Order: sequence, then C-alpha cells, then structure tokens
Amino acid sequence: MSNLFDLVIAGLATGAIYALVAVGFTLLWQTSQTINFAQGEFVMLPAFLMLAAMHAGAPFWLAIILGILLSMILLGLAFKLLLVDPMMRHGVLPLAIATMALAIGLKEAVKQFFSAEASPFPSIVPTGDISILGYSVSLQSIGVLVLAILAVGSLTMLLNRTSLGHQMQAAAQNPTVARIIGVPVERMILLTFLINAFLVALASLLITPIYLAKFSSGEVLGQAAFIAAIVGGFNQVRGAIVGGLLIGVLDNLAAAYVSTQYRAAVPMIFLIVVILFRPQGLLGRAEERTV
Amino acid sequence: MSGFAKPLKIALGLAAIAALIIVPMNFNRYGLFILSQWAVMSIAAMGLNLTLGYAGQVSLAQGAFVGIGAYAAAIMTTHGWPLPAAILVAIALSFAVGWVLGYPALRVQHHYLAFVTLAFSTLAFLVFRNESWLTGGIYGISNIPRPHILGFATNKPLPFYYVCLGSLAVVSLAVWWLIRSPWGRAFMALRENPLRAQSLGIDTRRYTLMAFAIGSALGGVAGALYAPLTQYIDPVPFNLSLSLDLLMMVIVGGAGFYFGPFLGAMIAVLLPEWLRFTEGYYLMLYAAAVMVLLIWSPTGILGILDRYLAERRTKAASALHAVAKSRLETAQ
Repeated sequence: MSNLFDLVIAGLATGAIYALVAVGFTLLWQTSQTINFAQGEFVMLPAFLMLAAMHAGAPFWLAIILGILLSMILLGLAFKLLLVDPMMRHGVLPLAIATMALAIGLKEAVKQFFSAEASPFPSIVPTGDISILGYSVSLQSIGVLVLAILAVGSLTMLLNRTSLGHQMQAAAQNPTVARIIGVPVERMILLTFLINAFLVALASLLITPIYLAKFSSGEVLGQAAFIAAIVGGFNQVRGAIVGGLLIGVLDNLAAAYVSTQYRAAVPMIFLIVVILFRPQGLLGRAEERTV
Repeated sequence: MSGFAKPLKIALGLAAIAALIIVPMNFNRYGLFILSQWAVMSIAAMGLNLTLGYAGQVSLAQGAFVGIGAYAAAIMTTHGWPLPAAILVAIALSFAVGWVLGYPALRVQHHYLAFVTLAFSTLAFLVFRNESWLTGGIYGISNIPRPHILGFATNKPLPFYYVCLGSLAVVSLAVWWLIRSPWGRAFMALRENPLRAQSLGIDTRRYTLMAFAIGSALGGVAGALYAPLTQYIDPVPFNLSLSLDLLMMVIVGGAGFYFGPFLGAMIAVLLPEWLRFTEGYYLMLYAAAVMVLLIWSPTGILGILDRYLAERRTKAASALHAVAKSRLETAQ
C-alpha cells in the first residue's frame, strides 16, 4: 500500500510537469495552429541556459531568472518571429516539419556547445523524505507538485478572470471577430508564445533535477506532453492538466505493475484508445476552440 | 515539370539514369553505401508520398514499416530463404499491417491521425526491442546475407548498389503507373475533397485503407533491402526518428510531386554527408537548411520549380494573348 501511495505521488509530480508542457503545447495550437514537435527540446534547453549562467559565475537564483528570460526571448519571441510567422499561412504540416528540424538543431547545438554527457542540476525544492499519515513521501515530489499546481492555477486565473485572458480566448476562438471588436490579436498570439516559453522553462527547472540535464532528454518529455494534450483534450487547458496528471500516474504504475519492457506501451495504447473512441479528448468538446 | 518540352524531359531522365549507373563505378565502399541508402530511402519516401502527398493521409509510422520489412527479410534470409521471397513476405506483411493502421484514418484526420500513427511507431519499436526470441532484442540480427541474383553474387558493394537501384527503378515505374491509373486519381480526389469524392461514387473507405496499405508496403520493400544492405539490424534505426525523417524527406522534396521523394531522400541522406567536413556542426547546418528551405518554400524544392514554371507559362500565355489581340485589331 505504501508503495502504491508513493508511486501515485511520484506519478502526480511528473504528471504535473507533463501538464505544464502540455498546456503550453495546446496554447500554441489554439492560437496559431502550431504543432510544436520541438516542445520536448524546449524543455531541455532552459536547464542548459541556467547551467551556462552558473558556469559563468552567476548564483543559482540569478541563473534561474536569466534562464527564464533567455528562454522567453529565444523560445518565445524568436521562435514566433523567425519560424512561425513566415510559415503560419501555409498550413499545419510544413510548420510541423520545420519544428522537427528545429528539434534536431537544438539537440545538436546543446551537444556541440555544451556537452553530450548528462549533467547534474540543483533542485530548487528541498530533497529528502517526510512522513505524511504514516507514509514516507519524497519532499521533492511534493514541492514539484505544489509549484506546478501554482503555475497552472495562476495561468487558469489569468485566462478566465482577467480582461487580458478574455482577449486571448477571443483571439483563439475567432481571430476575425476579435480583431473587429478591437482585440490586438497579433499581440495576444505573441503573448501565448511567451507564456509557453515561460511554462517550458519552469518545467525544465522542475524536472531536470530528477532526470539530469541531457541533450536528448526532450524526446521522451515531448512525447509525454503530446499524449497528455491529446488524451485530455487538444482544445482545452484543463484537459491538458488532467491528461498530464493521468499520463504521469499511468506511466509510473505501468513501470511497477505491467513490465519495465512495455511500460512505454501503456500510455501509447491509452492514446490510441482515446483517439479512436473519444477523439476530442476526455474533457474536450468536439470542434470547439478555446484556451 | 510540364513546362519542359517532352524530348528534353526524356533526355534529362535518361542522363540521370545513366549517371546513376556509370558514375558510382569507381566510388569507394562508403560512397556506394550512402548511394544505396539513398535508393532504399527513396523507396520508403515514395510510399509515404503516396499516402501523404497523393491521398492526403498523414502518417508518422513509415519508419515502423521499414522496420517490419527489415526484420522480415533479416529473419527469413538468415534462415536460408532467398531475398525475393523475403521481399514478397515483407510486402504482404506491411500491406496487411498498413491496412489495419488505415482504420483509424476512417475515424480521425490530420493531427489526430498523425498521433495514432506516432503511437503505432513507438509500439512497433518496443516489439522489435523486447521480443528477442524473434528479433534478437537489443543485440539485433547479424550476418544477414546478400542475395545471388541470376547466379551473380551481390556481396560486393557495387553489385548490391545495382540491386538497390534496380529495385528503385521497378518501384518508380510501378508508382508512375499507379498515380496515372484511376486509383491514383481516386487518391487525389480523396486528398482534395473527400466529401465530393464520395458523392462521385468513389468508395473513400476502401481507397483510404488502400492508400495506407500500398504506402506501407513500399516501406516494407525498403526495409527488406535495408537489412541486406547493412547486413546487421537492431531496433535503434527504426525508432520514431526514422518516421520523422521520412516525413521530412517527403515534405522537403515536395509532397504530391512524383520526383519529390527522390530529392527529399537526397537531401536527407547526402546533405549531412557533404556537410561532414564541418564535423560537429553538420546536423545543425542540416536542420538550419531544412528550416530555411521550408520558410522560403513550404511546398518543398519542387514547389519552387513548380511556381517558377507556372509563372513562365502565365507570361508565355499572356504574350500569346497580346499577339492574338493585336492581330485581330490589325485585321479589322
């Protein structure tokens, strides 16, 4: 029982990180029909930016701020202006392929300029175990879970409770009408790219202490985030959250109870079943676009 | 390519074929290996071009079919079967699996379909890796023999290159015939407007499944050639990135253009080799080149040519129009 409890908590913690990445993924899809195949690499990169800042002598807190800012410039602003904007009007597929090339480029760049080896990364939440209700639970899992929930919670508040959030929703649902009623659609789209860059930087900060910083670590993460986004509902932020948590827990339980060899198969089969029987996702509604 | 005069086109084609036969004769081992790889990947990309470029069904599983074909050929030829028999089995197997994978395409489209096929790709990789009684697991299958064709041994790189090139020629002719047949037109109707295709009496259900199955079968052919080419296979080359690479080849070459896959495979296989002198930077430069190309022309390389030719035709047509108009005016 204690084992199961531990697995679920650890699964929720990884799942919360998947949710962060998946939310960003759906935001980009909603506002600009970008299927970002480099989303996993987007999570991999900020950790290396922070490590580079620390190597240059910056203290950890400053490295975090610099890392997040640089991510927002590179993975938010530059990504949108240089790659997405010129290709957006040519349909979904060429842009998706371009992001695949971007993923290769980012991986190779980190391998070449930083290291092909895995590097350790300091944790911003305390490590060790505490005891809750007689079960011993990893503090790191709890910390990650709390921070991720805070981030997703404030994003949901931003989207649903503020005028800015309503403008973003309008820009996603119907850009033409939004433009007519005076919503600066272009600026709203740019904002979602910046939010995505912030979310992946945060995810990077939370997950890298657990899995180490490695140039190839984005592949698994990116896939998990895709699956989370689709399982939950490609067109809903709360869908992505539920999907992320579900995939995190499922993955951890599959590793313990199915087989280590086929653990990766369980989320995939789940994905196929969801797409075939409920293509709009568990929480999504068919043919509706909203953030 | 319809802007060129027909004799010119035939001459260009013959020159390209002659060059592919004659020029590699004094290539070294490695050069021949790369060129053979180009031929094999062109076959796989042509299959995907049929599914994606002509029938409009996104698939991220072509790499898995190359894997299925490769394992079928490796297992059979190491047990003493001849390669042609293995190729037939690879075709049948990939066709059947491709047909089944086509069923989701009847329910979902576009990115959903892409993700179903992505999941299938990962599942296939897990089977290659874990079912070691059949596939040798992570240790793979080694000593895959190369075939004897009409009594000639093709162990050496040059003869086997000709096997690959010959197979590419056969597949190219078959695809050429297919896209000009009523089937090819049905595929394109499926891509352009499924609803209209159905109302015109095309069995969209059957043709969707067919597009998947035939495209996958060509992936199987490529795999069945890949196994004797490398003479050793393990699961790693057939992971998701091969599927992504093949998709990239089709889009970069020009999806829905007959010659797109040849060019795309050339870029994906040869360009990294040409850039190797830059050492650690070659894949970065390759990625940058793909992005710049797609920003410049989202329809791929042949899209550029197509636009150029269309422009020239419009100019020529308006010139003719002007001449005709002035003649009419002088006649009055």
